[in-house]
Amino acid sequence: MHLSDPAKAVATAVPLLEVEDLVVEFRQRGRVVRAVNHVSLTLGQGETLGIVGESGSGKSVLCRSFLRLLPSPPAVVTASRISFNGQNLPDLTEDQMQAIRGTDISMVFQNPMGALNPVWPIGDQITEGEVVRGRLAPANRRKRAIELLTRVGIPAPELRVDEYPHQWSGGMVQRAVIAMAVAGAPKLILADEPTTALDVTIQNQILALLMELQAETGTALILVSHDLAVVAESCDRVAVMYAGRIMEIAPTDRIFVAPKHAYTLGLLGSIPRIEGGDQALEPIPGQPPNLADLPPGCPFAPRCRFASSACAGADMTLREVAPGHFSACIRANELGGVA
Amino acid sequence: MTAIPTQPRGRLLTEITRWPGSLKIGTVLFVLICLAGIFAPWLTPYGPNEQDLKNTLVAPSLAHPFGTDNFGRDVFARVLYGIRINLPFGIITTYVPMIYGVVLGALAGYWGGWFDAILMRILDVTVAFPFLVLIIVIVAILGPGIHNIYIAIFLTAWTMYARLARAEMLVERNKDYILAARTLGYGTGRIVFRHALPNVSNSSIIFSTSDFVLNIMLLSGLSFLGLGVAPPTPEWGAMIAEGRDFLFDAWWICTLPGLALVVTGTALCLIGDGLAQRLGERRHALV
Repeated sequence: MHLSDPAKAVATAVPLLEVEDLVVEFRQRGRVVRAVNHVSLTLGQGETLGIVGESGSGKSVLCRSFLRLLPSPPAVVTASRISFNGQNLPDLTEDQMQAIRGTDISMVFQNPMGALNPVWPIGDQITEGEVVRGRLAPANRRKRAIELLTRVGIPAPELRVDEYPHQWSGGMVQRAVIAMAVAGAPKLILADEPTTALDVTIQNQILALLMELQAETGTALILVSHDLAVVAESCDRVAVMYAGRIMEIAPTDRIFVAPKHAYTLGLLGSIPRIEGGDQALEPIPGQPPNLADLPPGCPFAPRCRFASSACAGADMTLREVAPGHFSACIRANELGGVA
Repeated sequence: MTAIPTQPRGRLLTEITRWPGSLKIGTVLFVLICLAGIFAPWLTPYGPNEQDLKNTLVAPSLAHPFGTDNFGRDVFARVLYGIRINLPFGIITTYVPMIYGVVLGALAGYWGGWFDAILMRILDVTVAFPFLVLIIVIVAILGPGIHNIYIAIFLTAWTMYARLARAEMLVERNKDYILAARTLGYGTGRIVFRHALPNVSNSSIIFSTSDFVLNIMLLSGLSFLGLGVAPPTPEWGAMIAEGRDFLFDAWWICTLPGLALVVTGTALCLIGDGLAQRLGERRHALV
C-alpha cells in the first residue's frame, strides 16, 4: 500500500499520468472563474491518489478536465502537458479522446442513482461499452453482464441482470456503476466522491470493492473525496486542494502524521475525534475565497492562523519538504512541531 | 443466497392493473372505435356511398340506426367508414411530425449553440404563421385534397414536439447518466438517440394524444369549410357540412357524425389523461 514498498516504488518510476501546469477557467459574461489553478501532479501505474478538499476546491473539475468532459464554452482548459500512457491528451482529436474514455480511463460518479439510465435494464447498460466497441458479441451480453455483476458482489446476478436502476438500492447501483467502469479494463479510474451519497456501512463496502478490484487488475485510481477518513484508508498518496490549487501532496502516512501545510493542519483539526473528550472542534474560520477574484499569493492566507505578511506574496509552487512530500506553504518547515 | 423475484417478466397484465381508470376506459373506447372501423363492412349492410333515393331523410330506425341523409345514404355506414378516413389521418398527422419534431428538439437541446439558435428561429417563424392562411395558400396552389393537408401539417406540427423535447433535453443533458455515457466514450448519436431520447419523450407522448384529437378536429373543420376532403368521401366534418341544410328536418345527419367526433375525442383525451398520470408519477405532466 505504501510508497516504501519497493515494488510500488518501481511502478511509480514510470508515471501513468503526468499533469503539468493545468489551468481550468470558466469564462462567462466577462467573468473569469479559475476553478483549477496551475496544478501539476503525477500518478504511477496502479497507484491510488486521493484528492481531498472542501466543496468548490476544484477536485471534480480537475478530474473531468482530463477527460475533456467539461462543457466548452464556458470551460477553458490549458495545460503545458497532460501526458497519459505516453500520449499528450490535449493533442488528441475528439475521436481519439472518445476512444480513451471508457477504455483507458473511466469514471465512477458521486450519485449512483443518477449515473444509470432509468429506462434501461442494468445488465444492458454495464455491457454496452464493450458491445459498442465490438469486444463483446451481443449474444454473450447477458453472460458477461452476470459475470460483471458477480465480480462486484451483487447477489443472485442472474435474476438481477434484467432489473432497472429504480429497483436497486443506492449501494447496489454504485456497484453496477463500478462494474460499468471496470468492464473495459481501464488503466485509470477516476472515482469522483464514490461514497459520498451512500450511508457509512455501504461506504466501507464500496471502498473495499474498489480496492479489491484495483488489486486484481492493477488499475490506477484517483479517489476524490472530502472525507479524510475515506482517503486515509485507501490511498497511497494524498493531494490536498484548496481554491483550485494543490496545497500539499504527500504519502498518506506522512500527511496525517506530519502535515506540512497550514491548510492541511486546519482540515485535520476540524475532524471530530472519539478520544478527544469534550474538547471543542477547531473549525477553520472564514470562507473560501471567491474563485473569480483570487487574492495574490497563498489563497488560504486570509483564514490561516499562521499567516505572516509574506504569505500574500508567496510563491505557490510546490516545494519538496521531505522525500516525496511537497507543500506550497512558505512556512512548511516551521509547522513541523505543531502536529 | 436466494433472491425472491420481485416481478415476473412479461408484465403487461400487471401493468394494466396499475393503469388509472381514465386510461382503461379511454383505451377500451379507442380499441372499440378502431375495431368498428376495421370491421365496418360486417357491421352494416350498406355501403358508405350507396344511394337509396326512395328512402331519403329517414329518421333513425332499426333498419337505419343513424337514419339516412338527403341522398338516402345510411348515416351509420358513413360514420363507420368515416373512421377509416379520420383515424389514419389523425395517426399520420400526429406521429410523423412527432418523430422528427422530437429528434430535432432533442438535438437542439443537446448540442445548443448555432443549431439550437437556427432551429428555434425557424420554429418561431412557423408558429407565428397562421395555420389556416398557410393551408388556404397551399390548397390554392396545389388544389384541395387530403395530401395537401398532410403537407401543411407536416410543415407546422413538429414545432410543439421540438419545443417539448428540447426543454426536457436541457434538463436531461446535465444528468449524470449522460455524463456517464460520455465518460464511457459513446458517440453523440448513441447518447442522444439511445440514452436521452426515451427520457425526453414523455411529455411529447402525452401531448400527442391531445394533438391527435386536434388533428382529427382540424380535418373535420377543414372539410366543413370545403378545404379538406372532396364531398362523396364519408368524412365526419364533411358530413356535418352536408347535413347542416337539413338540420331542422333531419337532425341526425349532422348530430351523429358530430357525436362520433366527440366520442373519439373523449377516448383520446382519457388516454392522454391516464398516460400523464401513469408516466408522470415522478414528473410533472404537461397536458
